[in-house]
Amino acid sequence: MTPAPTGSAPAPTAPTARTGIDWVAVVAALVTVAAFVRAIWFTPPDLLQGYAQKIMYVHVPTIWVAFLALGLSALAGAFWLFLKDPRLDRFAESSAEVGVVFTTGVLITGPIWAKPIWGAWWVWDARLTLTLVLWFLFLGYLVLRGAIDDRELRARYSAVVGLLGALLIPFVHLSVYIFRTQHPMPVVANPEGIQMPAVMQVTFFFSLFAFTLMYVAFVRARMALATDRDALEDASTAER
Amino acid sequence: MTDPTRGILVSAWVIARKDLAIEFRTRSAFLSAIVFTLLSIVVFFFAWDPTAVGPLDLAPGVLWVTFTFSGMLGLHRAFAVEARDGAMDALLLAPVPRESIFLGKLLANLAFVLGVQTVALPAVSLFYNLPLGAAALPIAGVLVLASIGLVSVGTLFAGMTANTRMTELLLPVLALPFFIPVVIPAAQSTADLLAGRPLADVFVWLRILLAFDLVFLFACTVAFPFTLED
Repeated sequence: MTPAPTGSAPAPTAPTARTGIDWVAVVAALVTVAAFVRAIWFTPPDLLQGYAQKIMYVHVPTIWVAFLALGLSALAGAFWLFLKDPRLDRFAESSAEVGVVFTTGVLITGPIWAKPIWGAWWVWDARLTLTLVLWFLFLGYLVLRGAIDDRELRARYSAVVGLLGALLIPFVHLSVYIFRTQHPMPVVANPEGIQMPAVMQVTFFFSLFAFTLMYVAFVRARMALATDRDALEDASTAER
Repeated sequence: MTDPTRGILVSAWVIARKDLAIEFRTRSAFLSAIVFTLLSIVVFFFAWDPTAVGPLDLAPGVLWVTFTFSGMLGLHRAFAVEARDGAMDALLLAPVPRESIFLGKLLANLAFVLGVQTVALPAVSLFYNLPLGAAALPIAGVLVLASIGLVSVGTLFAGMTANTRMTELLLPVLALPFFIPVVIPAAQSTADLLAGRPLADVFVWLRILLAFDLVFLFACTVAFPFTLED
């Protein structure tokens, strides 16, 4: 490392260093805690499933965020191929990572519910298999990202894998669906309207909102990290 | 057939012939893939209690697990032969469309995988004491359909992972999720056919395989030029 030339004022911090409180994260955390409090103490248990049903207020919003995150990641990758804006790639990276965390959450909360209701932690049902494949797919995506140093090449490969992954999902769904499914049919996105009492609906949508807010907060934080990392890389390359 | 399409296919054929000629003269990868396949078939036999699980229930799974992994061995080879002496750069400089490079590699890989399978299928039939009989031809059809899908995705990912730090590990990690919707229909229809069920019973699975082949053959051919540096 060569000493900085005298005369030029050394930058005190990294160019993108942030100070202060991340208010989006604070609000997201508060809203999520509020959603949990309402789900646990102020929403009646289900008539048939009892308290086990309450995990739905975590499980379903989690899978919603997981699909949203992974879908947006693939979409950002596709746009990157044409626009080559590094911010798109940083978003794809951040959203994929957050998506994998939430997919892991789905794969943990699902079995906790399945054990008392189905009697087994895991079954090879169509939706479970699809979620598991999606999880593997994006773990592979993250491993691939980690194995490439060149920023441009990494973005390019990631975009291609993300897009092919989007093509893969209908095929996995189709092939495992023929195995027949035992997962509960959609309660909210049901063609005959929402099959849930009003008090549960409020809790559910509140929780959905809270988790989406958490997604935004996580991706913001993760993108800030990616921006700093790239800036640090640029700075150390320039120094050499 | 329009002229540019014809051009792409002709140069793809030239590249495939080049790869197969190299493979034919060295035979290293092909022979090791065959030995690997035979070994796995034998090892799998001892992984189950043959008095508890009938060979008819075992064979389709063994066949498809073996194919999936031996196929991976062949896929590594496709771009490994271009790694030395800047061969890949030379290939990229050649005045051929990049789709041709992909399709050429794909054809060579397909020949490789189908070659391994022509040895493996009779071997499974022999070791698991399962006469193929009338099912031989339909099963061969399933093998071809499934191989096209596997090789399309595999060739694209092999080309990508060849440029990364963890080639050997990364290819299976990336490619195996994509093999799931191929292996499920392939193994199911092989099981049905071995059990002597009529061809009409497996049409659902064959349709999935065919759709997968068409979608991914097209998508991977279109995607390949995007994976190369300009």
